[in-house]
Amino acid sequence: MSRRLPHGGDLVDRDRPVTVLVDGDPVAAYAGDTLASALLAAGRRQVAAGTYTGRPRGVVGLGAEEPNAFVQVVSGPGEPMVRATELEVHDGLAVQRLAGRGRLPLGEDDTRYDHRWTHAEVLVVGGGAAGVDAALEAARDGGRVVLADDQVSLGGWSVGALGPDLDEQVARLETLPNVRVLPRTTVVGLYDHGQAVAVERRTDHRPDAPAHVARRRLWHVRAAEVVVATGAHERPLVFPDNDRPGVVLAGAAAQYVRRFGVLPGERAVVWTAHDGGLRAALDLAAAGVELVAVLDVRDEVAPGLAAELATHGVTVRTGAEVRGTDAGPDGALARVHVRHDGTIVTHDVDLLAVSGGLNPAVMLFSQAGGRTRWSDDVAGFVPDVPPPDAAHPVRVVGAAAGGLRDDELPPAAWFVGDVDSQEAERVFLDPQRDATLADLRRAHGAGLTSVEHVKRYTTIGTAADQGRGFGVLTVGVLAQVLARPVGEVGTTTYRPPYAPVSFALLAGRDRDALSDPVRVTAIHDRHVADGVPFEDVGQWRRPWYVPHQGEDLAASVRRECAAVRTGVGMMDASTLGKIVCRGADVGRFLDRVYTGLFSTLKVGSIRYGVMCGPDGMVVDDGTVARIGEDEWLVTTTTGNAAAVLDSLEEWAMTEWPELDVAFTSVTDQWAVVAVAGPRSRDVLAALAPDLDVSNEAFGFMQWRDAVVGTLPARVMRISFSGELAYEIDVPAWYGAALWDAVRRAGEPFGITAYGTETMHVLRAEKGFPIVGQDTDGTVTPGDLGMGWAISPRKVREGADFVGARSLQRADAVRPDRRQLVGLVPTDGSSAIVEGAQLVAAGADLTDLPVPMLGHVTSAYDSVTVGSPFALALLESGRTRHGEELDAVDSLVPVRVRVVDPVPYDPEGARRDG
Amino acid sequence: MMSLPCPHCGPRDETEFGYGGQAGVAYPARPGDLDDRAWAEYLFVRDNPRGWSTERWVHRAGCRQWFVLRRHTVTHEIESPA
Ligand SMILES: [Zn+2]
Repeated sequence: MSRRLPHGGDLVDRDRPVTVLVDGDPVAAYAGDTLASALLAAGRRQVAAGTYTGRPRGVVGLGAEEPNAFVQVVSGPGEPMVRATELEVHDGLAVQRLAGRGRLPLGEDDTRYDHRWTHAEVLVVGGGAAGVDAALEAARDGGRVVLADDQVSLGGWSVGALGPDLDEQVARLETLPNVRVLPRTTVVGLYDHGQAVAVERRTDHRPDAPAHVARRRLWHVRAAEVVVATGAHERPLVFPDNDRPGVVLAGAAAQYVRRFGVLPGERAVVWTAHDGGLRAALDLAAAGVELVAVLDVRDEVAPGLAAELATHGVTVRTGAEVRGTDAGPDGALARVHVRHDGTIVTHDVDLLAVSGGLNPAVMLFSQAGGRTRWSDDVAGFVPDVPPPDAAHPVRVVGAAAGGLRDDELPPAAWFVGDVDSQEAERVFLDPQRDATLADLRRAHGAGLTSVEHVKRYTTIGTAADQGRGFGVLTVGVLAQVLARPVGEVGTTTYRPPYAPVSFALLAGRDRDALSDPVRVTAIHDRHVADGVPFEDVGQWRRPWYVPHQGEDLAASVRRECAAVRTGVGMMDASTLGKIVCRGADVGRFLDRVYTGLFSTLKVGSIRYGVMCGPDGMVVDDGTVARIGEDEWLVTTTTGNAAAVLDSLEEWAMTEWPELDVAFTSVTDQWAVVAVAGPRSRDVLAALAPDLDVSNEAFGFMQWRDAVVGTLPARVMRISFSGELAYEIDVPAWYGAALWDAVRRAGEPFGITAYGTETMHVLRAEKGFPIVGQDTDGTVTPGDLGMGWAISPRKVREGADFVGARSLQRADAVRPDRRQLVGLVPTDGSSAIVEGAQLVAAGADLTDLPVPMLGHVTSAYDSVTVGSPFALALLESGRTRHGEELDAVDSLVPVRVRVVDPVPYDPEGARRDG
Repeated sequence: MMSLPCPHCGPRDETEFGYGGQAGVAYPARPGDLDDRAWAEYLFVRDNPRGWSTERWVHRAGCRQWFVLRRHTVTHEIESPA
């Protein structure tokens, strides 16, 4: 049964028929229809069901205030919980009706989403008469104006009422070069300093749009002034069984007639509390709806309106109200029970049009920090105190400011007829949450009187419509229950977003490969060609292990470790953070930021350094090489490079600006290959025949310029494995050539490429901690057994360094601090798990709380140690060597013995080869 | 998101900046001379005003310079200090 009128409806294009699928059934519509108008036109009254009650529900409203008509879009990329009143129809659109909850589409969404930023002198939100007017005014002096409107075309819902004037204004606005008009764009948030975030729907209505066009765009607008012209949302009246399909907001019903040419019903009762509802009744009557009764809760209505309704044969019954409804066999509205003059009359109708007044749409104003007050004149909450940041004004105009027409009688602040209703379980205050007057009374009975508490107790206003339709109504009902003025009860806080925003849109282009930068070294292509598995280290992608055919991680790492311990290995070490420090005072500066002494370092030498925060806790470690009198190279851990640079700059700039120091990150400018193992000297000698590689000429912790192969290089003799080792640095563009040269030169020595896993095992066997893995911001150098890294001369001379004072605090010198220890399983074979908690051996894990003595920070299977081996932080750890403990992971204990954290070559005899 | 006035680059989005806490808390000239309480005051204790706050920011994703501004912690009004 079509409810489409033969003519009328300026929003629909009758020359462009469209078919949409609803639960698989074709529904005929026209371009310009919303899904809601199409469903109404098709006579499909039930469009949803209650989340918990399963009660049938129909279209109630016209736009963002709709509480019922949510559908699951199943065409295109799919989308859960889309308001039928805001869903433009198009060929190919397929939806499923919902019972309160949508579900995330599981398929891949390969449509595009993007973000744009713009600045404006004035942002106008809302393209109705007031917004268009404000935009024209703002554009007059040439300033940049952005007008965002959530409808398909400007003009708002007053088109037709204001006629050609507004059309002309809209046409003028769209020609102004300094005005950007964004239709189909919903401002979802108004934030600090004039920032607005808006969602533009760009292609949903045009399925033929090319794939490169973003489906939606998130606008970030920074405006010197924001004008809120968001209009008002119609508010219902409530009564028992107010949730049946066929109970529609009166103003919305009239707009469906006027804008879409759709009759929401054929026989109607209209019930209202303000003149707008009566005008809606007139529209319905003019369109041919049979009005069996028009009721107004007020005792008096404007004589003009009454007279006009009389010409349609309708008498307005004042002081009347609806007391309930019955459903027909289809679950939709069939009868309305009306109380008037003390008697109850029942009408057979298919439409009950209700209107309790207009709520000014103050959400954005409130989000920005504006305060509202109750206005009896408007019977709604209106803007009162503007947002406190006067430098970024937010002005509210038009219906959003509570503007009324001159010829109107005051509306009634009417909410529910009988707060003590026996049928309160069926008086729905939030149909989407299936929350009722009974719930609200229970909240009151539980002692709750604040609207914020009632909201959380009852969930009223927490659904997708965020209380736009029923929120103020609920405040009114609560005021009735509390017998207090509405203004005293107040509204709940409006928070962004005003409308749901999908994660796909928030992510924009920053997804998949673009979600985070992937940093690769200059040697990366070689690793890819070798087919190595990669490990992500921060943003870096590093070779994890370098397996031979058929090897798994464990087998590969065993072979790689053995190669470094007995022969020679090579690895790509380019990711280490590298910072060049220049200036006459670098030495003094480094003395202050590192625990060690650097100003005495000679050109050509390298020193290991530990960096603490002012609280004395280790924040980084690395090496410092003195390149020249005024040039130094600081290396940092891979993941910490940016933070260390930040920290160096902060100290230099904010505390010691008198020091001549400057910093440049050169991490990406150098490619580094580490060559490690007893045969590494042979490899280097072959690579750099002109370099004297003898231990006497090129000692540990020194660096030399050299030609390596044919490449200009800087060779550093440093070791992270305990073995004789070199790091060869070349300008990044020679990285791959260096890798090839080292591999070629190493071939006669059986050089073996290794990855991060082997590097970790080798360093753990030497008890070298990794900052951020073996430390967690509560660990001092002393805890790590690295008191030796604190310069004795600085201590002796009372020289300060960052963290020095904190290391003297009582807490920093407690003997029972957690200290770095080694662990081995007593059975020689059980794996120890990283993160496992250390408890007393045999501790009863059911006797809570189990005292925790420490935790495992690193764990590996170590061929060198001959068993699994772990590093751990353990209370009084250094005094417990030899003790047995349990390392517990997921309630499974492994018996471990505490050992020295340096199980391999504790004398350091191997570093010279 | 706030818009902060970098003295070198002009107004930029807050995401480009790092927050450095209360301004005017100088690193003590001779930390070794401070007792534990005074040192702890320097390390941990900061004002937490409801109102105007003078604070340090760094334009990390821009010119990387540190600067001081005044911010109202309730309204987020911003003033560059005289
Ligand atoms: Zn800057």
